[in-house]
Amino acid sequence: MSVAAGGFRRYATYGTATAAGVFTNTVFGFIVAYTYLALWDERPHLGGYDQAQALTFVWVSQSLLAAGSLIGGGFQEELQERIRTGDIAVDLYRPADLQAWWLAADLGRAGFQLLGRGVLPLVAGACAFTLALPSDPLRWLLFLVSVCLGLVVGFAVRYLLGLAAFWLLEGSGVNMMATVVTIFCSGMLLPLTVFPGGFGELVRLLPWAAMLQVPLDVLLGTHTGAGGAVRALGFQAAWALALLGAGRLVQSAATRKVVVQGG
Amino acid sequence: MAEAAAAAGTAAVTREAGAGEAGPGEAGPRGRLWEGLRGYGLIAGMWIRSTMTYRMSFLLATVGNAAITVLDFVAIAVMFSHVDALGGFTLPEIALLYGACSASLGLADLLLGNTERVGTRIRDGSLDTMLVRPVPLLAQVAADRFALRRLGRIVQGLGVLGWAVSVLDVHWTPAKVLLVPVMVVAGAGIFGGVLVAGAAFQFVAGDAAEVQNSFTYGGCTMLQYPPTVFAKELLRGATFVVPLAFVNWLPALYVLGRPDPLGLPGWVAFLSPLVAFAVFLPASLAWRAGVRSYRSTGS
Repeated sequence: MSVAAGGFRRYATYGTATAAGVFTNTVFGFIVAYTYLALWDERPHLGGYDQAQALTFVWVSQSLLAAGSLIGGGFQEELQERIRTGDIAVDLYRPADLQAWWLAADLGRAGFQLLGRGVLPLVAGACAFTLALPSDPLRWLLFLVSVCLGLVVGFAVRYLLGLAAFWLLEGSGVNMMATVVTIFCSGMLLPLTVFPGGFGELVRLLPWAAMLQVPLDVLLGTHTGAGGAVRALGFQAAWALALLGAGRLVQSAATRKVVVQGG
Repeated sequence: MAEAAAAAGTAAVTREAGAGEAGPGEAGPRGRLWEGLRGYGLIAGMWIRSTMTYRMSFLLATVGNAAITVLDFVAIAVMFSHVDALGGFTLPEIALLYGACSASLGLADLLLGNTERVGTRIRDGSLDTMLVRPVPLLAQVAADRFALRRLGRIVQGLGVLGWAVSVLDVHWTPAKVLLVPVMVVAGAGIFGGVLVAGAAFQFVAGDAAEVQNSFTYGGCTMLQYPPTVFAKELLRGATFVVPLAFVNWLPALYVLGRPDPLGLPGWVAFLSPLVAFAVFLPASLAWRAGVRSYRSTGS
């Protein structure tokens, strides 16, 4: 908990950076919103969304982008750097579990960015366009739970990337490829429901869908009824558990390697 | 290992630049430009050698760099699997806009993109070390961590541009043929001016590096789509305030034989090189003012 608070405070000190980020997310929001307007003008109800829902998708995506580290950034570079320099040996001596420690720090960071970089772009979007934001507080609560699960899935994927540095030593190439996949498969570029055919069905089953597409569908209420919401959150929870478990296995394999390498 | 290579390279740069014929003290404006380019080349070469230490990672990063931009275009292609035209423009027409702006941004990013690190350099005090070296500061900052992987975006942009030119149903005149390469280079100049202005802004605003992304990456995302998609106020801003419309919209509209939504005359399509100069000049003046006002953190 105190690690998470530390992560929150650490990012809260960068005031101008946060303001710059809000500005950037808002500018991108406007640009993408206009292209979606043009697209949904041609094809109303594309991907099962009406125009207001499509615009909501744009603005909420911009709000979640920094929190989920969807276009890069986040902790894995720091973890890789510690592995490369050997500082990781110090972390392994700590009485805290390595994975839990980074998870807490990353959730603290995400929590700050959700508030600091999430609220204002969404407000700007809601002022300039007609959005389909729900008025039901329960839906918002489900959305927040879904966002949290999405953040954990995102963390678990990036933790695996970070640990890859034990074998690759230098992570910028892997990080770049991972960013490509995340942008494409999370729904950041286009809602996954717009992707055609079997390919669309496949990307909706992958863990990246849990990071953005599923929280947005929960907010927009496209999963009808209680069963739909439970299925959506269950999908996210299953991926979170599977990937965190994979992270544990890789971590224990990696720590055996540290001894061999001598740090 | 990379750090060691970097340190060794830095020492080499200092020594060689100091031993040049035109000493830093007596260099005229042409000497300074030559010195700047030479210093830039040396530092960039050093970073290329350092990157090549991890070849596999470099390869992945270059492919990834191209792939990120390819996916941009895949998204447009996915849109076109549902519609025939967007804002009245067909897929090859949008590919022309997309390829030109992607290549321009890639070029500017390769040559000047790392100027955005100046904020970090100011914060950690390492700018001080750069100030005492006999190479112009802008050249050092621009070549700092020179990233050859950014060739990926340029290649990808030129590829899409080539495809667009080959399939477009355009009556090619000499002026139109000439305008395509001019558009790419002048566009890079405009983006480069924005990057230098953004770097200068960091002397005032500290860690606000991300603002310039709105104009470079955000601008490029906007320019990928036809101007007819956007609201008139946004078009006016992109023409008269931050003249991104000259990167590709105005030249491409001329090539495609389409009118400008703001009703500007056709000859403005040829103004891009002038506009690039007009952006670069105040940007470099702002940079100089920024360097003059610089107060070290003392750390």
